[in-house]
Amino acid sequence: MNNEIYMEFDAISTNEAFARVAVAAFITPLNPTLEEIADVKTAVSEAVTNAIIHGYEEAEGKIVLHCILRDDLLHIEIQDMGKGIENVEKAMEPLYTTKPELDRSGMGFSFMEAFMDDLQVQSKPGEGTIVTMKKKMSGVPIALYEE
Amino acid sequence: MEERFHMIENYLMIRMPKELDHHQAEILSEKADLLILREPVKNIVFDFEETRFMDSSGVGVVVGRYKKISCFGGKVYAVNADRQIKRIIQISGLKKVLNVIE
Repeated sequence: MNNEIYMEFDAISTNEAFARVAVAAFITPLNPTLEEIADVKTAVSEAVTNAIIHGYEEAEGKIVLHCILRDDLLHIEIQDMGKGIENVEKAMEPLYTTKPELDRSGMGFSFMEAFMDDLQVQSKPGEGTIVTMKKKMSGVPIALYEE
Repeated sequence: MEERFHMIENYLMIRMPKELDHHQAEILSEKADLLILREPVKNIVFDFEETRFMDSSGVGVVVGRYKKISCFGGKVYAVNADRQIKRIIQISGLKKVLNVIE
């Protein structure tokens, strides 16, 4: 099954739930397992939260969510036009956080890596960040049952 | 005291929200910290009975509260954690400080 969604929303914390529920709905036709749904929701939540807290530092901004489904391969892109990351490699280290005072655990990228098959982070200071994640879904699409 | 929080002796019991993300975490931590200051809190019990979603912001809630009480010998406990929450506790390494009660 092939499908694509593209949406832009405000970088506010209530949209963390919106984004992960939207992606969960998007993958529903693939008949995913409960664990796969939880994995994808967690990864999306982490990326959107990063955009809000770090990309825009809780100031105004927009986040773009772009999902593509090609057969059983899910491709998710989450983009912000915020301040960008100086050192991506450092940012991706487990437990590393620039905001310990906000109770940030420094586990965001580690969770994205643990729950998805592939994670790429492109960032330019002053321009923003694009997080690209891929996951091969195991479920048999519902459409195949109907044939 | 708010409905989500209550004291049993020196234990602060916290009923965790349905979706524990950054949005909910900020609200919850702020209220919990106020109680830690006001009440004789030694230990904290996080009740995950209603919780169906938790990300790294939830890990931050537990670790942040643990830091506040551990210097006085306090402990943190998790009760009613479902499979998904246990997975997050496992993967995050939270198990090192958080006592999961079956």
